[in-house]
Amino acid sequence: MRRILISLAWVLAAVWTSAFAALDPALVKPLGGDDADARVEAITRLGALGTPEAFAILNALNEEKLYVTPDGRVLVVEDDKATDPLTGEAFDLPEGTDSITVNNRLRRELESALAGLRLFADDAKVRLKAAREVQQNAGAAQLPMLEKALAKETDPRIRDVLDMAVATINLKSDDAEKRKLAVERLADTTNASIRPVLAAMIEPKPDGTFVEPDEGVRAAVVDTLARIDRHLLVIEWTGNLFYGLSLASVLLLAALGLAITFGLMGIINMAHGELLMIGAYSTYVVQLAFRRWFPGELDWYVVAAVPTAFIITAAVGMLLERTVIRWLYGRPLETLLATWGISLVLMQTVRTIFGAQNVEVANPSWMSGGVTVLGGLVLTYNRMVIIGFAVFVVIIVWALLNKTRLGLFVRAVTQNRRMADCVGVPTGRVDMLTFGLGSGIAGLGGVALSQLGNVGPDLGQSYIVDSFMVVVLGGVGQLAGTVIAAIGLGELNKFLEPYAGAVLAKIAILVVIVLFIQKRPQGLFALKGRSAD
Amino acid sequence: MGFAAPPRPSLFPPAVWTGVLAGTAILALLPILNLTFADGSALHISSFTIALLGKFMCFAIAALALDLVWGYTGILSLGHGLFFALGGYAHGMYLMRAIGRDGVYQSDLPDFMVFLDWKAYPWYWSFTEHFWYCMLLVVLVPGILAFVFGFFAFRSRIKGVYFSIITQALTFAAMLLFFRNNTGFGGNNGFTDFKRILGFTITAPQTKAVLYLVTLATLLGALLLARSITQSKLGRVLTGIRDSESRLMFVGYDPLWFKLFVWTLSAVLCGIAGALYVPQVGIINPSEMSPANSIEMVIWVATGGRGTLIGPIVGAGVVNGMKTWFTSVLPQYWLFVLGAIFVLVTLFLPQGIAGLVRKLWARRTAPRAVADPAAGGVS
Repeated sequence: MRRILISLAWVLAAVWTSAFAALDPALVKPLGGDDADARVEAITRLGALGTPEAFAILNALNEEKLYVTPDGRVLVVEDDKATDPLTGEAFDLPEGTDSITVNNRLRRELESALAGLRLFADDAKVRLKAAREVQQNAGAAQLPMLEKALAKETDPRIRDVLDMAVATINLKSDDAEKRKLAVERLADTTNASIRPVLAAMIEPKPDGTFVEPDEGVRAAVVDTLARIDRHLLVIEWTGNLFYGLSLASVLLLAALGLAITFGLMGIINMAHGELLMIGAYSTYVVQLAFRRWFPGELDWYVVAAVPTAFIITAAVGMLLERTVIRWLYGRPLETLLATWGISLVLMQTVRTIFGAQNVEVANPSWMSGGVTVLGGLVLTYNRMVIIGFAVFVVIIVWALLNKTRLGLFVRAVTQNRRMADCVGVPTGRVDMLTFGLGSGIAGLGGVALSQLGNVGPDLGQSYIVDSFMVVVLGGVGQLAGTVIAAIGLGELNKFLEPYAGAVLAKIAILVVIVLFIQKRPQGLFALKGRSAD
Repeated sequence: MGFAAPPRPSLFPPAVWTGVLAGTAILALLPILNLTFADGSALHISSFTIALLGKFMCFAIAALALDLVWGYTGILSLGHGLFFALGGYAHGMYLMRAIGRDGVYQSDLPDFMVFLDWKAYPWYWSFTEHFWYCMLLVVLVPGILAFVFGFFAFRSRIKGVYFSIITQALTFAAMLLFFRNNTGFGGNNGFTDFKRILGFTITAPQTKAVLYLVTLATLLGALLLARSITQSKLGRVLTGIRDSESRLMFVGYDPLWFKLFVWTLSAVLCGIAGALYVPQVGIINPSEMSPANSIEMVIWVATGGRGTLIGPIVGAGVVNGMKTWFTSVLPQYWLFVLGAIFVLVTLFLPQGIAGLVRKLWARRTAPRAVADPAAGGVS
């Protein structure tokens, strides 16, 4: 309500001043003159006014709509209609009117003045952007205007930025007390670019003196630097933790299906990556369908894509199990080759249908954007949703395996196929359903992947090695092991990346896994006792 | 059932000997036909055919190497492409040095280093201007890597699919490493634009013919070596590891050193194949290390027939011949065909082409043995 009132007041003010001059003609007149210094000064002074009519006239100058008559009258010209900015009087363009050219020096001054004036705009977003701009290259001339803006500003975020800008300017103040206050104020900054400025202040010069002459201010700078560093460290670690968790959830979704087909059934499914890819393409198709038939509901296509992808990939998986894989039980190396062949066929099929290029899968609006925490770290919604989704899928799989009749059968067949067969478990059907479940979960992983990265026919290839690593590391046949391995690998990857770079981090992790397997060939959670081979 | 090895027959049965010698003779004749007869003559063999066959023979050596570990010892490697590529890179380093100042930037350094603004060769490039040093690297780099990796893997008894997956991870990691520009091997472009080898122009038909003949000789040598290993007592231990490793251990053998020997030997052979491959195709880049390439090697062996020695050579030729034909005529269908080969061979042709031939041969000769005139008449 308050904001509406304020903007209403501005509109009224604008109408008022367009009818009656509120600008000092002495301020506007030099704009049309030839004296470059006078023009720059006029721009600076107009900018410092901070009123809408000053903004209007500077904006007109910036867009080269400001003209000057031979007798020195400055006019705003729009569509061959001239307006006198001082009186608001409109008339036809007089003879001999010339546009005012803006050279580079003028343009620079103009832009900084305009950014300052935008601090008074109605739209909070424009104000925030302008405040950031001013903060980046604030000069002492803008101090009065900033203080004026600060007095008017109500949005705490913008206030914060303005405050920082004032402090940044005050760093160069002649008054040591002011400098000290500014330094202390900057301790809360989240803007890392201020750090080098502060660090330069306590840098000793060759002759032993410092850039900053005052002892007290220097002490404050040291203090502030420590606080900024601590804050940046917290941001970095929190960011690593979050992005590591996000990577972990992706790895988990990619590997969970494999943990079932490989871990429980012992099938090396090299086409697992392609099942992920099919899940991602299912999402794409569902998105197309929503665009076509329910454009109003487009934001919810992801929700519909989840069961669709599950059903499609589970069906593909069951088909594979019935036609190829079941003939190869007990021959893992042959299974590996056959499923690799299947993966090639699936990839080429998708390429034939959808083309070799990546297809576009958009985040729904409720998944795009993010929330800023700690004043500098953006946690994106899509990653948060996917972390939640991974937790959800793990719970479902756990419940399915441990609380349902199918789960009981699966575990029975895994532990002792012959005995299960003897007591009447339909082992063939259980095999098919288990493989379908594993494949369906891969499809769910595909939905998640489609929200994070590119969707193309090669999508699965990049995940196959990673997912196998997760399963091998976690230990075969262990859901908990898979979860912990995924989290461990995800976090390790993100914490190594800043030091080693993405590629070397990945290589280091592969080496670590190979070394780890030496120590514990059965993975983190080895089966013990009779069931262990 | 004595424990002593049965009396060893000659290296090959006479029929196979004849086949091997005839094949070698025909293959050896082709480059001579290429050089002596002019283009357009009925007896002329195109340079394209020679280049293609030279490439296939390199693949055949690699397939033979893979067969030694997979077909005879039961260790399925999904990372042999790494050894192949390492051999290729080792030779490529010499070929890059041999370009001299003829590169685009006319610098002593290879173009990619100039492009990265490097001033000198990194330490691991030292001595690579010497041909024989690089030949040593061709053997040592894959050999040492395989030895170290194999030692740790076999010692902790990693076997079966675990071993396969880890070798795949190994080659994947190496591919990522070589894709980096800063690794110093040309990033994703790898090495190319070779000009000469030992002073001879690398694109000259005579040089190509010599490379071809060297490859042929290497293939023949590798075949004889593999045959003598598999026929020896050592070979019988290897087969024992394949068929039942734990029983072999109970008898008192330590499989570690047997596996390590054949694994390292196989890697070295693969490296040599790669070293022969690079000057003939004129390029080596990290995509040779992609997991897909290594698995493709496995399918050559499977198609030809693992556990036989002629099989992998035939398989490498057949699969790559089909690949060449499809990728030029019907490129969009090649992956379907390759996928189908994978599935059909594993489902219906577990012994590969060699097994099929053997079965047909047995069917043809068996009725004669029982003197069935009707069946004999039909065949």
